[in-house]
Amino acid sequence: MKNETLRPVDRQVIALEVNGERTEMLLPVHKTLLEVLREDMGLTGTKHGCELGECGTCTVLVGGKPELSCLVLPIQVQGQAVTTVEGMAHGSQLHPLQQAFAELGAAQCGYCTPGILLAAKSLVETNPAPTRDEIREALAGNLCRCTGYSKILDAVSLAASRMG
Amino acid sequence: MKVVGKPLPKVDASAKVTGRAIYADDMLPPRTLHCRILRSPHPHARILSIDTSAARRIPGVLAVITGADLPVKFGILPVTQDERALEHEKVRYVGDPIAAVAATDEEIAAAACDAIAVEYDVLEPVMSIDAALREPKDERIQDYGGPNNIHKLVALEFGDVEGGFAHAETIREDVFFYQGNTHLPMEQHSAIATYLDGKVTLWSSTQVVHYVHRALSKVLELPMNRIRVIGAAHGGGFGGKTDPFAHEIIVCKLAMLTGRPVKCTLTREEVFYAHRGRHPVLMWVRTGVAKDGRITAMHFRTALDGGAYGSYGVASTFYTGALQTVTYDIPAYRFEGCRVFTNKPPCGPKRGHGTPQPRFALELHLEKIARDLGLDPVELKRRNFVQPNTRTVNWLRVTSCGLDECVDRVMQASGYATREKRIGHGMGFAVSTYLSGAGTAIYWNDMPHSEVQIKVDRGGVTAYCGAMDIGQGSDSVLATIVAEELGLQPADVRLVTADTDTTPIDLGSYSSRVTFMAGNAAVEAARKMRAMLVEATAAKMGCEASAVEVGDGRIGDFSFEEASVLAEARFGTLTSAGSYTPPRIAGPYKGSGVGPSPAYSYSACVVDLDADERTGLVSVNKIWIAHDVGRAINPLLVEGQVEGSVYMGLGEALMEEQTFRKGLHKWPSMLEYKSPTFLDMPEVQTFIVETVDPEGPYGAKEAGQGPLLPVPPALCSAVYDALGVWIDEIPVTPEKVLEALRRKSKGEPARYGPPMFPPIPYPPPIKVEPPPKDLDHASAAAI
Amino acid sequence: MLRLPRFRYLRPKTAREAASMAAELGTRAMFVAGGTDLFPKLKRRQFEIDTLIGLDFQSREIHDGGAACVIDAGVTLSAASRDAHLNAMFPGYAQAAGLVSSPPLRNAGTIGGNLCVDTRCNYYDMTYEWRKAAGFCLKKDGDICLVAPSSPRCWAVSSSDTAPMAMALDGWVILAGPDGDRELPVAALYRDDGIEYMAKRPTEVVTGLRLTAAPNTRSAYVKLRRRGSIDFPIAGAAVAVALDGDTIAGCRIVLSGVASHPLEVPAADEFLKGKRADREILKEAADLAAKPAKPLDNADLSHFWRKRMVHVVVEQALEIATTSTRGSMVKLSQQ
Repeated sequence: MKNETLRPVDRQVIALEVNGERTEMLLPVHKTLLEVLREDMGLTGTKHGCELGECGTCTVLVGGKPELSCLVLPIQVQGQAVTTVEGMAHGSQLHPLQQAFAELGAAQCGYCTPGILLAAKSLVETNPAPTRDEIREALAGNLCRCTGYSKILDAVSLAASRMG
Repeated sequence: MKVVGKPLPKVDASAKVTGRAIYADDMLPPRTLHCRILRSPHPHARILSIDTSAARRIPGVLAVITGADLPVKFGILPVTQDERALEHEKVRYVGDPIAAVAATDEEIAAAACDAIAVEYDVLEPVMSIDAALREPKDERIQDYGGPNNIHKLVALEFGDVEGGFAHAETIREDVFFYQGNTHLPMEQHSAIATYLDGKVTLWSSTQVVHYVHRALSKVLELPMNRIRVIGAAHGGGFGGKTDPFAHEIIVCKLAMLTGRPVKCTLTREEVFYAHRGRHPVLMWVRTGVAKDGRITAMHFRTALDGGAYGSYGVASTFYTGALQTVTYDIPAYRFEGCRVFTNKPPCGPKRGHGTPQPRFALELHLEKIARDLGLDPVELKRRNFVQPNTRTVNWLRVTSCGLDECVDRVMQASGYATREKRIGHGMGFAVSTYLSGAGTAIYWNDMPHSEVQIKVDRGGVTAYCGAMDIGQGSDSVLATIVAEELGLQPADVRLVTADTDTTPIDLGSYSSRVTFMAGNAAVEAARKMRAMLVEATAAKMGCEASAVEVGDGRIGDFSFEEASVLAEARFGTLTSAGSYTPPRIAGPYKGSGVGPSPAYSYSACVVDLDADERTGLVSVNKIWIAHDVGRAINPLLVEGQVEGSVYMGLGEALMEEQTFRKGLHKWPSMLEYKSPTFLDMPEVQTFIVETVDPEGPYGAKEAGQGPLLPVPPALCSAVYDALGVWIDEIPVTPEKVLEALRRKSKGEPARYGPPMFPPIPYPPPIKVEPPPKDLDHASAAAI
Repeated sequence: MLRLPRFRYLRPKTAREAASMAAELGTRAMFVAGGTDLFPKLKRRQFEIDTLIGLDFQSREIHDGGAACVIDAGVTLSAASRDAHLNAMFPGYAQAAGLVSSPPLRNAGTIGGNLCVDTRCNYYDMTYEWRKAAGFCLKKDGDICLVAPSSPRCWAVSSSDTAPMAMALDGWVILAGPDGDRELPVAALYRDDGIEYMAKRPTEVVTGLRLTAAPNTRSAYVKLRRRGSIDFPIAGAAVAVALDGDTIAGCRIVLSGVASHPLEVPAADEFLKGKRADREILKEAADLAAKPAKPLDNADLSHFWRKRMVHVVVEQALEIATTSTRGSMVKLSQQ
């Protein structure tokens, strides 16, 4: 811990593809994807709850699969498509999952919502008609303290049925 | 009604599902400095010196402050102003803030905190209720209260308690323990402040912009009109963001010193230290019942482990004794409460504030009495239910009450009465009560508790209210009410909320008060606006105002926009205001301010589970819950509140606990503090019961806290049903179940729980004459 | 928020190059694959390094050679858990991979990383500030073990789900060093010490896991944890049973979460050899297996209870492996 800030910062030009947009940025390599998304790219839709991989709040999609942005370095995901909640809607048209979450009250405080939406997006893209238990399994890494999960399960089911 | 009662999406739903809602930590204005706080590594110590010189020398550090910079004490309750934003004399728990740094980067701020040298004189920590009751080895934690580390003692007696026990057929005593736990909002507390032209602006993740405003004014020694507090989008509170917090004051001070925006977002570990969560409570209850199961008298004692500071503790202490009588008709009642200081993060209000603990004890205690008498526990409880439109023995005013209907609904749906009896499977039942807002403000004043203003301009409607939407949907409720009265849709109403500069006051999102109080204020403001629109329209139409119909975006023959033009031409600027002040219904005794509410909600719950004899593991299959919400202004949101409450109650019942080891929080992380995942939550069937309260807006009462309360006792009742052992403390961990089974097999009492209640030097009780039971009669006698 | 310390990130192209870098840098550097164990520990300042050697080059294939199979170290836990071949031939391994932590972590975490996952202790897996307040421990910055203060050693717990299963299946780990490759039985990869828990050289990179299906052998992994997801094992049983009709021809049981290394229990293995797989026999074997388990008060729930539960997880794993059914078993997480 001592004298940590006296160490040099290793900065590298890193190419990222986030929500279909390619950017190159000079970044300290030790900055996590979570921090870069929020602080360098202004994509604050990705939230954080522990930064230790214990709550699922910062979930984003890397190559279409949910990963925790607090435990990923941008340098590790170069060349892979990153999707955040900002990349879910088509223009001003909400994604069916977003629509269902809004309609059914699946977002209360809304803080876990972006991560859960992305985990659910990955699920319905690989399993168009998930059972309630399959939804539970897929979302088991995402904690929510508001909803008791019921309305989230309802909303994912509804969205899947509309998309199918 | 056109929109009230409809399951409409929340007004902020789109912002939340697109990631566009701006939470405090999402804000990063140019030149923002990052703040980190140095915290005490000792549970109890005197501070001998603080040397910040090395920290100040680190490049990128712009300011370092200590308690000497913020010496004024504050606290949420006027009677316990015992906190400092930064402590420079004495630390009282691991995590107590000592110094704060503002730096250009968070890592520099953290390194600077590590470079601050503090010398301590370490004192013996006090880590339990028992230890707090004893004479301290070194010194007391706080210099008020007493004897020893007792913070507060209360003793009240209503009616003829001794006589009631004398007439009882059976008397039973039990001891229970409810472990402490924490809110664990997904969003870590965050605050960001700016300073310009002598004015401070703070955005914070808080439930109480008004109380933060007051505390800032006091500690920063600035008039309130030089401070603006804005509630940012809120990532979950559950009572955990209901105090003014050190970091909120610190960022303001640092912004004043540096002239730059300063942000502080607590780490998850720091959130565990900020705490103000559920008090661990030890309880003793003695009840007399007649042959028919009717309660003749009850004596209830509580001992609360308060942690190091006052917080809401005095109110919490009263709450552990206040609402027993609001569920059951208890003719004579004595309550003795005690809160102690310990060297732990301070406890305060968590969902259900001070009432889940006695609810747990009371429900299980009555169930044991029923079994003693050979009565069906459900029947025994029903026989004692409080009746609508009555006054309780401790002067609480009960208006609408849907207890019986709640019980009917869960009984029918769950099949409790005809449940399968086999070892390892059980069902349990419990009921509960909660407030629809506290009837008295936290500090004494004569002003309204909530105010709403409405402005109409070119057909656009804006409602202004200090209420803070913490995810429960209070903004949606306000929009729904205004829309209902003006014949619009909620989406037609713009909202400005939780901003001390631009909105009239609301005391905050706590004690389940917003729908009831801000809702009533909104009804009043909207009806005044409607009257102006109708009058102007009637004049144009040449008819009586009573002939003008309002609805579907029209006022009489005109569109809403046209009507607003007519009204503005007639009255000038179109604004209206409404406010709500709860009725003065508190009883004539000291301490009567805690407990009164303009209306009470009621819940009933059945839990179905499997409990394994070999492992002690409990697996919940299903939960049925019925909640008397008076009227569901938005049933979707009510269900969400009920389901979320059940979730939190189940977490408390099975796994959540705030425990300490060697003076430290044992596991301040989301990995080790167990919060149920998707895979740990059973299906919940929710029934909304509507009793249409005479005072609630459209008859509405609370929904966000009450349904938590019956879950822990119903779960323990189900464990007894399954295995024949009582688990008289929560959480119900498998080792406790196995230990109870072991005791049962040895012929010892088949229970796991605290063996005894300690001797506590309660004062002689204040004796209070009960009111006349009849409500109307009693209301007239109210002071 | 909690942030990582500053470090350099090196990107070797091959395992040999990575190993050479490690040899050159010594203790200043660590390998990183999925990072799901490493990054939280770096944020908590449990490791002090200035360089990470990225293993991003690792290929991510499961080489199916019929009974023999090599899983590249870079294969994610989720890919391993879903792989049809692994589920058919080594179901216990696929189960173990699928029970690690939570879905998003399994998408990043690799099978190589899970073999090397650091030992855990709830006095050690805490932030720098917490450990400073508690007093630092033997494993990092201190000189005593806080869970067993009179002990000269560290009692941090092996918490890998897949390592015991790889051992039960007689797996071999493929290592690349600066001077060449070698293979080791997975069992030889670990040491009974909370600090020096790995027997491989620090410069060696795990590049793959070789599993070979023994005839008529079935495997199963049962994990005990408080919740249905996220949590590490607080007791787990990996078993591989060779059956000859109803008779157990051979058996290997390895426990997770109850010692500083994946714990083999040869007494139980020996006992089962030649016996019929009925309930009573399995129960007796489970009792033998539980004997050497020594949980301490440094993980979730009480160590007394966890010790008792070792019987249950072993019995369940044996039952699954010998009957391929879940029957009426107790749900181990409180679902």
